Amino acid sequence: MADATLNTPVIPAVRSAGYWQNVGARLVRDKTAMAAASVLLLLLLAAIFAPLVAPMDPLEGRLINRLKPIGTEGHLLGTDELGRDMLSRLIWGGRLSLLMGVTPVVLAFIIGSAIGIIAGYAGGWTNTLIMRTVDVFYAFPSVLLAVALSGALGAGLGNALLSLTVVFIPPIARVAESVTTRLRSSDFIEAARASGAGAFTIVRVHVLGNVLGPIFVYATSLIAVSMILASGLSFLGLGVRPPNPEWGLMLNTLRTAIYVQPWVAALPGAMIFLVSISFNLLSDGLRSAMEVRQ
Amino acid sequence: MLGYSLRRIIYTAPVLFGVSVVCFALVHISPGDPLISILPADASVELQDRLRVLYGFDRSYPEQFILWLGRALQGDLGTSIATGRPVTTEVMRAVGNTLMLASVATVIGFVLGCFFGFVAGYFSNSPLDKAASAAAVFGVSVPHYWLGMVLVIIFSAQLGWLPAAGAGPGGSSQWKFDLEHLSYMVLPAITMSVIPMGIIARTVRALVAEILAQEFVIGLRARGLSEFGVFMHVVKNAAPTALAVMGVQLGYLLGGSILIETVFSWPGTGMLLNSAIFQRDLPLLQGTILVLALFFVVLNLVVDIMQSALDPRIKR
Repeated sequence: MADATLNTPVIPAVRSAGYWQNVGARLVRDKTAMAAASVLLLLLLAAIFAPLVAPMDPLEGRLINRLKPIGTEGHLLGTDELGRDMLSRLIWGGRLSLLMGVTPVVLAFIIGSAIGIIAGYAGGWTNTLIMRTVDVFYAFPSVLLAVALSGALGAGLGNALLSLTVVFIPPIARVAESVTTRLRSSDFIEAARASGAGAFTIVRVHVLGNVLGPIFVYATSLIAVSMILASGLSFLGLGVRPPNPEWGLMLNTLRTAIYVQPWVAALPGAMIFLVSISFNLLSDGLRSAMEVRQ
Repeated sequence: MLGYSLRRIIYTAPVLFGVSVVCFALVHISPGDPLISILPADASVELQDRLRVLYGFDRSYPEQFILWLGRALQGDLGTSIATGRPVTTEVMRAVGNTLMLASVATVIGFVLGCFFGFVAGYFSNSPLDKAASAAAVFGVSVPHYWLGMVLVIIFSAQLGWLPAAGAGPGGSSQWKFDLEHLSYMVLPAITMSVIPMGIIARTVRALVAEILAQEFVIGLRARGLSEFGVFMHVVKNAAPTALAVMGVQLGYLLGGSILIETVFSWPGTGMLLNSAIFQRDLPLLQGTILVLALFFVVLNLVVDIMQSALDPRIKR
């Protein structure tokens, strides 16, 4: 490792590309992870092409058709409390649910990594100041912080996304900081510094490539949590507002129907479960594919 | 040990301060005038100004914060706008119910999680391991509020075996540890136990696999120790970490019970938060969050100190 980096900064970049190819090859051989990825891809495509895939309008329903059971003619998965087609609403609901689950983790990945890398690379007082502030937010249980922030900010999609992003920044920043701190004192960074590279160049060339991998794996494992939390906020009435289809909100409005059409009422939750378990399995597969370092 | 505990306690002080700043800020990040929910719709400007002075909203933020913190330290968290009762009274009444439910759920989760974790770690890569690991993945992936609904559908709506909601015929004030009241706790406790079950199972599985791979285990076996004897050594080595995870999970459940309490109408802090949010009762929201967050911080402190007492290798 050390002699490879002494020559030019081009070599580690080539090496890391080979590493990711290996990871990819191992991941493709992991049947569970591939099954999970296919499920996610399928749901994502269905959500993107919802207008083409969904058999009916997700917002239009006739009260006379309300709460039909699964398998009704014309309504494969039944109808909801306002007579809207469940299958269409579940397909359309994927748009907001997936968006609400993934966006906070992506934003937190960008912001949290930046915070953690700056704190880790700067060290000293900057590190103390940043990380103690992060610790304050980390001191709240995640559900409590999400509910507290979106409860205070008020219901709505934007506020829910903001609250969830704030929830996921501290854990990502902590991982980024600890990896960067460990990296900072390693020989090849020392060598780069001795050869006159500036802080920005070192971070860009040497730190990012080594830090982003571990953070990325950690972030993928957070998407499952984020899906459950995001739909949970909508379930509490703090996220998406009716009549928009979103799985958490649908679960909430169908709660009163559990004595009439229990299995129709349970469907939106099954979708959340399917997505969250798929993300967990994919993230587990990615982790074990990355752990084998030659 | 003593030095570590002291350092850990001193380190917690700024975190506690930060947590109270965040809780204080909750009321102020809220859009609109904080007075809006107490004022009648046709309040005159004069009345608005009088109330603003009365509640101290006319002062600067640092000034307001110090006044608020001073009162909070004396146990005064303000008055609930919806009920007119002191927030402290409301929170203390609810916190006992949540603590009871969360403790029972943590114990169930710990027992099941340890069982699955030990089985999976011991019989690594066998079908038993696959089944136990699947249970763990289920535990961390299932939306618990949905699981609660499904359990209600099966055991209340369809079979009629267990009550679907509430904490018993007399509400929480007449709670007794008899069969009738405990039957109200079964479904919420099982639902809640699934999360710590999954996390503890994963932790224990990794721990057991790691311990079994160590040389001292080969040494024990070579000395002719029975499989049970080896098992006891593994338990002893895994216990500090497993117990620490359990402690932290209890804290998470205390703070994260809002969704499950909403599903089961369990009269705890989660229900309190829920009603505070929908009545825009900001003092109640703020007070409940503060109490739960403090609980979590102190619990983590206790867990860390206890873990370092149980496991002398930990000297951070």
